[in-house]
Amino acid sequence: MTALLTIEGMTTRLRVGERTIYAVDGLSLEIECGQTFALLGESGCGKSMTALSIMRLLPDAGEVTQGSVRLHAQDLLTLPESAMRELRGNRIAMVFQEPMLSLNPVMTVGAQIAEVLQRHTSMNKPAIQSRMIELLQNVSIPDPAQRLTEYPFQFSGGMKQRVMIAMALAARPELLIADEPTTALDVTIQAQVLDLMRVLQQQTGMAILLITHDLGVVAEMAHQIGVMYAGEMVECTSREKFFQQPAHPYSQKLFAALPSRQKRDRALAVIGGEIPALSKSFTGCRFADRCEQAWSVCHASIPPWVKIAPGHQVRCHLYTAQNTSKTKPAVTPSERIIAHSPHNNNTDHQNDALLEVHDLKIHFPIRRGLLKRVTGHVKAVDGVSLRIAPGRTLALVGESGCGKTTVGKGIMQLVEITAGSVYLNGEALSELRRKQLLAKRALFQIVFQDPYSSLNPRMRIAEIIEEGIRALQPAQSRQKNKDISVRYTEVDALLQQVGLPADVKWRYPHEFSGGQRQRIAIARALAVNPQLLICDEPTSALDVSVQAQILNLLKSLQHKRGLAYLFITHNIAVVDYLADEMAVMYLGRIVESGPAQEVLDHPKHPYTQALLSAIPVTDLDAKRDVIRLEGEPPSPANTPTGCHFHPRCPHVMPICREVYPSTSRFGSAHATRCHLYNSDF
Amino acid sequence: MPFIPVLLWTDALVYLLVATGIGSTIYVRRHAHLRAPWRRVTHSASGMSALTVLACFIVIGLLDTVHFRPLLPDSPHQSVQKIYSTEVLSLLDVWLKPLREQVEKTYSAPLSAHLYAKETIETADGGQVREFPRLIYGGAQLQDPESELLADVWSRALLGAGSGLILWIVAMLALVNWLAKRRATAFALMHRSIWQRTTEVPWNAILLTLALILILSGAMTALASHYHVLGTDKVGQDVLYHALKSIRVGLVIGTLTTLIMLPFALLLGVAAGYFRGFADDVIQYTYTTLSSIPSVLLIAAAVLMMQVYIETHADLFETVAARADLRLLFLCIILGITSWTGLCRLLRGEALKLREMEYIQAAHAFGVSHWRIISRHILPNVMHIVLIVTVMDFSGLVLAEAVLSYVGVGVDPSMISFGTMINASRLEMAREPMVWWTLFAAFIFMFALVLSANLFADSVQNAFNPRVKTLQINHDDSNEPGAESQIDSQVLTSPKAEKRT
Repeated sequence: MTALLTIEGMTTRLRVGERTIYAVDGLSLEIECGQTFALLGESGCGKSMTALSIMRLLPDAGEVTQGSVRLHAQDLLTLPESAMRELRGNRIAMVFQEPMLSLNPVMTVGAQIAEVLQRHTSMNKPAIQSRMIELLQNVSIPDPAQRLTEYPFQFSGGMKQRVMIAMALAARPELLIADEPTTALDVTIQAQVLDLMRVLQQQTGMAILLITHDLGVVAEMAHQIGVMYAGEMVECTSREKFFQQPAHPYSQKLFAALPSRQKRDRALAVIGGEIPALSKSFTGCRFADRCEQAWSVCHASIPPWVKIAPGHQVRCHLYTAQNTSKTKPAVTPSERIIAHSPHNNNTDHQNDALLEVHDLKIHFPIRRGLLKRVTGHVKAVDGVSLRIAPGRTLALVGESGCGKTTVGKGIMQLVEITAGSVYLNGEALSELRRKQLLAKRALFQIVFQDPYSSLNPRMRIAEIIEEGIRALQPAQSRQKNKDISVRYTEVDALLQQVGLPADVKWRYPHEFSGGQRQRIAIARALAVNPQLLICDEPTSALDVSVQAQILNLLKSLQHKRGLAYLFITHNIAVVDYLADEMAVMYLGRIVESGPAQEVLDHPKHPYTQALLSAIPVTDLDAKRDVIRLEGEPPSPANTPTGCHFHPRCPHVMPICREVYPSTSRFGSAHATRCHLYNSDF
Repeated sequence: MPFIPVLLWTDALVYLLVATGIGSTIYVRRHAHLRAPWRRVTHSASGMSALTVLACFIVIGLLDTVHFRPLLPDSPHQSVQKIYSTEVLSLLDVWLKPLREQVEKTYSAPLSAHLYAKETIETADGGQVREFPRLIYGGAQLQDPESELLADVWSRALLGAGSGLILWIVAMLALVNWLAKRRATAFALMHRSIWQRTTEVPWNAILLTLALILILSGAMTALASHYHVLGTDKVGQDVLYHALKSIRVGLVIGTLTTLIMLPFALLLGVAAGYFRGFADDVIQYTYTTLSSIPSVLLIAAAVLMMQVYIETHADLFETVAARADLRLLFLCIILGITSWTGLCRLLRGEALKLREMEYIQAAHAFGVSHWRIISRHILPNVMHIVLIVTVMDFSGLVLAEAVLSYVGVGVDPSMISFGTMINASRLEMAREPMVWWTLFAAFIFMFALVLSANLFADSVQNAFNPRVKTLQINHDDSNEPGAESQIDSQVLTSPKAEKRT
């Protein structure tokens, strides 16, 4: 086959103030017709810049300074802008990450797709109309004629991404560039969209340049894989080879950093240090400073692009000819074992629960009209019961919008509880007054999802960490105010515990990376010595290697301090690695709960089964039957009658539409709510 | 003592404002996150040029703020008791004494030696002629104005401009010397880097603006001692003097009004957004109602009430100036009360957004009190909006004063302001030949003040606007997160490095 897109030695330069940043440096790749090429890398490695360089959509400060980009034989970089406009959307189309932001909210979906067709084809109006209907059918949007006249806000996130894909496909492009197309979507929706892209590729034979950070998505989609690091391609190979035997130390580290059950009792591998600044010129390997297998050559000379097998190229000194014979440094697996507290299977352990939640309900009123009369309720949380023993981890799993974050906020008493009760050490939090609650606040704290919005940009780290201490121990802190050195030893100790040097306390949050900020947020929560830490998706905004650092930190803190975690997440791999118990939420209710491993191995509820099967796995050999869920979760303002899951359930029965199922138990702790297991039925 | 100091109400507030300004400058210098955007302001060429012009206006305004009553020359009868004049003067009045006291009979055109109106003059032989009489002061030194005037004006103007240029060269050398010492570089090197625009602060733009100002004012000063540079008004007073006196009123209205409106806007806006619910409803209805009342009507009613009060309590005021000043203050207050709604609305929106931020949720989780959350978390994060809005509002308020005074509900008629100047000249526009210079003077001065304020506001907004900032950072973000922090840390560390060297 001939190469559709050929990039040779492309260098993209960005000018930021006085400095020049080499966002992409000497990148070469080839994509063949009908193939999916996955560009894999962590944030900041230049993968999006590569896509924008190909489309020639770089910001004003950026320019491609070297190399060539050829579509068949046509050099895109030398084309005049008018010819390029003809090309964009016609022969190369692009799908962006954020479906909410890529559609114009004041135009109907039909008008937006028609715009592409009018620009690139000579079809007349009826032809355009029929083509649009065909396109929406292709991306499996039901009732296409009606949907064309609707506005983007009437579509859900997954539907919007389908519309985006339909738009991209409108002019039958040869190459589709998909920049993190499913990152903003839930797993079950992600599975639908990935499926769709695969099917469309088979139908149309277009090539896909898939940009992603998710190894699972790569494993599902890619034919060829290119790994990018710090603006360079470090490894390029086929999917099979990559997953069997990643060659570059960075690729190996990426795999090692993935959490999974096998690594449960060990710390995850982390990549020390940070991505180097791209403004400097490199004398050696860019990864050398963070590589455990690096030796003197790595720092001294830039590694060449080595072919280690047919179709497998690596940029690493480990594989250069003259070095293979010489002694390589011994690869020492740096997996330090955490002496994990022996799993306490004692049942009396569970009797003294640290946190008990009984039938928690949080409803938000919907007000309408002039007098703001309550016309309905959004039942964000609708009867949730949980218990966490001291020092244990409960994972609360569910898709976005299922109410799991609201449960966390409800326990923290940050939102008003409609009904039910929360007991901490046997005391009902929901009945305490503000003053009394203040005294209890030190016992339970929260770590938020977004490290960028969880730290006040106008406060220094020391002030941020001290805030909790001051608010909760006023007498103590007043005393300490007199002696600054004593006051800050506590802050220093906390910073050290989360792995940051003590002198960072005089800096402002914007000087830190996402992972460092999350550490600071954890230090702030720990400052008041809590027994329970509610972690609200603490790693979902972070890269895999940084996620590994945070998970290691959380694990070692649990070990040292005996913390209990309520871990709110949608990432099953993290649950598998970290959690003792888990609970699966769907539309405000817990549908299945039990010991994490039992639930993951033998899921009973159809939703849990579908959720687990929809997750892309990195293990290529794993045989799995993927259960594709149809549709999207209904709105919590308008819940279905009977079992909430029945409109999407593959095993739906007549009774499911009428009665909410009661609890069925399997063993001592595993429970689910599904009519399939209801003995009465 | 040859004088007693007089502290008018607005003077006190202006001093307070100056003190606040100095205090906040010191505060900003100590806080890196506040210093960074201000440093960006100082890097904008247009902003710094505008600031240079503004600074001249501010200096004139401050000179006009130091008020006192001079001692009257001892009368032979009462030598024991000292008597002070009832006329309140300022430092500016002393400085501009010739302008203030050289009063002609009526209108005269700029740089003219004759009145603008024909009068019947008795000739030496007893006959009467109607002609334009000579001015008492303007061009009095000339024997034959027809032939000498032009040459005299030019030579004086050039001489003045020349001395202005020399003054500028001295100032520039002093500045370069100071900068060179501060950065420990050679004088010549510093000089070159300024004119090659390699300095961070656009000193060349500042110096060029300063040159323009000094040359212009040098020429004006040289001419003003023998001519009425901008002519005279109906009662023969110098228009240039009026224009210079108007600056203070403009500045006071622009700044004090903001000072008065700020507490309302800050407190109510943030409270509405933060507490929501009932408080939000009440505050929203209040400002919606207030902003639906035509503000001119409200101001007219309030000012007229004040006027009646002043007239019925004439004994409360020692001097005319005190009376006029109280009316000015009242105008500021009423303008402040009617103009807080816009900022309040903006702050409410921002507070609504901020209260959902996770760091505020985290503060709630720690049980931090509401007041502390507002003062430590919300206020510092809305200050950039407050700053931008107040600087932008300044020019609007200067114009508002002019309009209100024109309508007749502005400042006291005895107080010289741009509005009263425009009001006085409006009828004369219909005259043939037209008396254009009063309006022209007011226009030029107001234009310079408002334009420089707007340009400065623009650069402040650019420096503080988070969207402009994110645009630049976006470039880094998408390709390298580390870069952003490095840029910022460079910005933050460079002043320290500068000091160390």
